[in-house]
Amino acid sequence: MRVFRRNLIRLTRPPLPPQTKDDPIHVRIRDVHKSYGDHRVLDGVSLDIYRGKTNLVIGPSGSGKTVLMRQLIRLEKPDSGQLLVNGVDFAKLEGLDLAAMRRTFGMVFQMSALFDSMTTFDNVAFPLREHTDLSRAEVRERVMDRLSALGVAAAAHKLPAQLSGGMQKRVAVARAMILESEILIYDEPTTGLDPITTEMVDDLIVEAEEMFGVTSIVISHDMASVVRIADYLSFLHQGQIAATGNPDELLHSEHPATAEFVRASRIRLD
Amino acid sequence: MPDAAPTASATPEKTSKLRDAAQGAGEWLIKVLLSPFVEIGALFRLLWEAVFWGIRPPYRGRLFVEAMEFIGIGSIFIVSLTALFVGGVLALQLVDGFRDFGAENQTGAVIGLALAREVGPVFAALMVTSRAGSAMTTELGSMRVTNQIDALVTMAVNPVQYLVVPRLVAGCVMVPVLTMLFNIVGVFGAFFVAVSLLGLDPGVFMDRLRWLVDWDDVSQGLTKAVVFGLAVTLIACRQGFYAAGGAAGVGRATNRAVVQSAIAILVLDYIVTSLVLGQGLF
Repeated sequence: MRVFRRNLIRLTRPPLPPQTKDDPIHVRIRDVHKSYGDHRVLDGVSLDIYRGKTNLVIGPSGSGKTVLMRQLIRLEKPDSGQLLVNGVDFAKLEGLDLAAMRRTFGMVFQMSALFDSMTTFDNVAFPLREHTDLSRAEVRERVMDRLSALGVAAAAHKLPAQLSGGMQKRVAVARAMILESEILIYDEPTTGLDPITTEMVDDLIVEAEEMFGVTSIVISHDMASVVRIADYLSFLHQGQIAATGNPDELLHSEHPATAEFVRASRIRLD
Repeated sequence: MPDAAPTASATPEKTSKLRDAAQGAGEWLIKVLLSPFVEIGALFRLLWEAVFWGIRPPYRGRLFVEAMEFIGIGSIFIVSLTALFVGGVLALQLVDGFRDFGAENQTGAVIGLALAREVGPVFAALMVTSRAGSAMTTELGSMRVTNQIDALVTMAVNPVQYLVVPRLVAGCVMVPVLTMLFNIVGVFGAFFVAVSLLGLDPGVFMDRLRWLVDWDDVSQGLTKAVVFGLAVTLIACRQGFYAAGGAAGVGRATNRAVVQSAIAILVLDYIVTSLVLGQGLF
């Protein structure tokens, strides 16, 4: 009976892979390729994601940013290459091991992707109910703590459709962080938002990093946000990382496409 | 002679264009001919995934109950209303037809047989398609295009297990229940029209019905209802789950789901009937 129960728990909630917190590089992306038919989108992307920092991947529309994000969280499988997370190749995992590894990540989608049939509270409680044995009271306490920390506790019983874009983003961040994932991925978090909400979302990303010590990966083409929040910056161009470094290095890059992108975004380089 | 050069060069170009057009038409024809098989393959693949994920924990009882409530309880009114009028119309037609050769006392028997074997399961499944199937496709399609299904994946929750399995099980359970409801209400409607409006003897109506309709007829109808329930929910889930192209894409997926379900019900009706009756398919 005990063996059966152990197997049942393993089937339901496989254990998280080991963590190696000493390594400053959290994720190593190595030579990742992805094509759709004849159309090559990622052509050997190699990139390091630094632990506990805000890592931005920028690039023009159609450069493959979202495709890179979808490989990173394994919504799609890369054609080739490695995605080394805590030393484990995420690209090669399947089935339950893949499901377990996904708990390392939290994801904030461009349009928040909150479950529209659930309240704010239920959205944030969802991962806890699926992956933990916490009691109702414990779930409630943890969810309300997180909603309060992000300033949306008053909206706990509202449906996503009743929230503003900025509040939806906060709820999405709360849901992504509730399992205390090590890595948070934001896909175009400020696209379509007004300047004030954009700044608020930028602050939120920095807050999440500072308050909970997560590694943030932000996919964006919003250069104003880049300057505000990035610790490390990479420029994706034609399916490859054309330039990488800290914001200052990248903004002064001599790589032609990167320089053109920076120039077109009209960022003041001083 | 200088005029000859352009004519000579235009001919191969024209031939090449014709060849391209013929090749394009050929590819289109092959695609059209193969598309039903591609669709059936996709349905079986989803069914396999549903079986694979359906037998492993966690078992989310609340989702099963919600799906059964949505498909079953939510369809009671529309199924009852349809059954009432279908039973009534059958009675009108059969009494009128049988009176020509003095056989109107067989009305109850024929109506009972028709409802139990054919009309009940087919109509119940069509009603579930139009009410619950289309809504399921729209719901799953909306979840797909707004990344909610991707969000489930990123939270390490298998979307087939969470979204598809409860709906398939609910379809297989609730369509037979609705079929039984359709049979009962249909007989009531027929009884009312035949006895109260057309003056048939109530004892004869019920006696003939009990004499000809037995458990085998009802079980044949219920077998069909299980198959239809699976087919309707599988098609609805497949179309919604793989919807693409924003709101317009969800609309197209819903349209496809309803059309495919209606066709599937009628085709499967023939197949199951011929297998149950031991007649062979053709």
